[in-house]
Amino acid sequence: MIPDLGKYAVTVLSSYGASLVLLALLVAVTLWRGRKVRADMAELENRLKTKANRDG
Amino acid sequence: MKALLIRDLKLAMRAGGGFGLGLAFFLIVTVLIPFSVGPQSALLATIAPGGLWLGALLACLLSLDRLLALDWEDGTLDLLATAPLPLESVVTIKALAHWLTTGLPLVLIAPALGVLLSLPAPGYFWLVISLLVGTPALSVIGTFGAALTVGLKRGGLLLSLLVLPLYVPTLIFGAEVARRGATGMEATTPLLLLAGITAGVTALLPFASAAVLRVNLR
Amino acid sequence: MSLWEYANPKKFLTTSERVLPVFWWLSGACIVIGLIWGFFFTPDDYRQGSTVKIIYLHVPSALMAINAWLMMLVASLIWLIRRHHVSALAARAAAPVGATMTVIALVTGAIWGQPMWGTWWAWDPRLTSFLILFLFYLGYIALWSAIEDPDTAADLTSVLCLVGSVFAILSRYAVNFWNQGLHQGASVMRAGAITGTDTEEKVSNIFFFPLMVCMVGFVLLFIALVLYRTGTEIRARRIRALMARERMAA
Repeated sequence: MIPDLGKYAVTVLSSYGASLVLLALLVAVTLWRGRKVRADMAELENRLKTKANRDG
Repeated sequence: MKALLIRDLKLAMRAGGGFGLGLAFFLIVTVLIPFSVGPQSALLATIAPGGLWLGALLACLLSLDRLLALDWEDGTLDLLATAPLPLESVVTIKALAHWLTTGLPLVLIAPALGVLLSLPAPGYFWLVISLLVGTPALSVIGTFGAALTVGLKRGGLLLSLLVLPLYVPTLIFGAEVARRGATGMEATTPLLLLAGITAGVTALLPFASAAVLRVNLR
Repeated sequence: MSLWEYANPKKFLTTSERVLPVFWWLSGACIVIGLIWGFFFTPDDYRQGSTVKIIYLHVPSALMAINAWLMMLVASLIWLIRRHHVSALAARAAAPVGATMTVIALVTGAIWGQPMWGTWWAWDPRLTSFLILFLFYLGYIALWSAIEDPDTAADLTSVLCLVGSVFAILSRYAVNFWNQGLHQGASVMRAGAITGTDTEEKVSNIFFFPLMVCMVGFVLLFIALVLYRTGTEIRARRIRALMARERMAA
């Protein structure tokens, strides 16, 4: 049910494609870095906690 | 203040100060323009005002990273920061010294380079006027960029990335004056706007530069 | 209960964690609904044909490109005046989002301009000022990543943001002076009044409602991204601090 885009089909579809790819990239990079940092943080806090328990 | 200005000028005149470097760069860029677009003098005449302005702007940019870096390395800036002279005046003097050693010589040789690009006769006056009014703004804005990047080891490239967008309004009005002047159009409106930019940045930007420099010196 | 409570990183993290899913889902829903509505259920424009559908991406991204810079400006001011770290990190988190929005606006504009004006790029005032805005974003991001010490970086980038804002506005007027251009004026908000008097320049209601949904979606997406990225920055900073303390103790 793609609507009839007439002679501008390529124009419209490519701009939608390009924008959605850029948005998806932005979200993906954001989430990827966020996950990584969150995991690092959890690991570090775990390590510090066990260390504190051992020393304490 | 005067002592600081004289000191800066003397340092720039010395061999290591890169005094002639900006001029040589300006000359080379101007020589390269005909090589890149072709030797037709009609074409050269149309792009001469803009080409000369761009060349002068890049020549200004070239010497910016030495503006504060040398004083930063040998600790002079720390001394200046604790001196009774406010840092705002220091950066203004620095910008003035930069303009006297880089901007002013560029203004003076610009007509000679205009000949190389077959600039139309009415253009010379406007070219010199526009550069004379516009280049101080380039020095002041450049001082802000130099203050931002002074603490960085490889600040040169970053400095250009930061400063070039800030040069846009000055370049637009400056080149507009030169272009209108060269084609015999009325050029006082952009000239006034250019003068407005120069006056505005000279009055306000030293505060930002000094603030940034204080952060970097902390 | 005041707004400044959220300047506490811990408080910010717990609250943002709680509201983030709402923003993600709402923004996703708005963008999907708005784009589907716009793409499938709006007629072609009598002059522009189907290219008018690009408006649902072009206008919201352009809007957010400018608003992101405004948000960075406000956040920088808050950092300079009240020294809340969250504020500085939020400004840092917003910059790449704003830069991406600028790219989307430029790319969709170029693709749209090709059939309409017969050229991908013209040195039109609006296009040119967006390109300059993009350069400002690049410089800002580069300065952040170049400086080691986070507080120094926050100070310097904040001042750059202030100075950059002034120069961005100056450039906008300078560019206007320099070339009059092809781009139509910002007609969305005038249509936003929905007065019913349908003059030619306005975006008519049929296009306006899905466009509104898209704009809301983009705003929400921007908020979600910035909240999430700010959380990331706060954690990254805390990791650095903890590691430094660990090294000191060892």
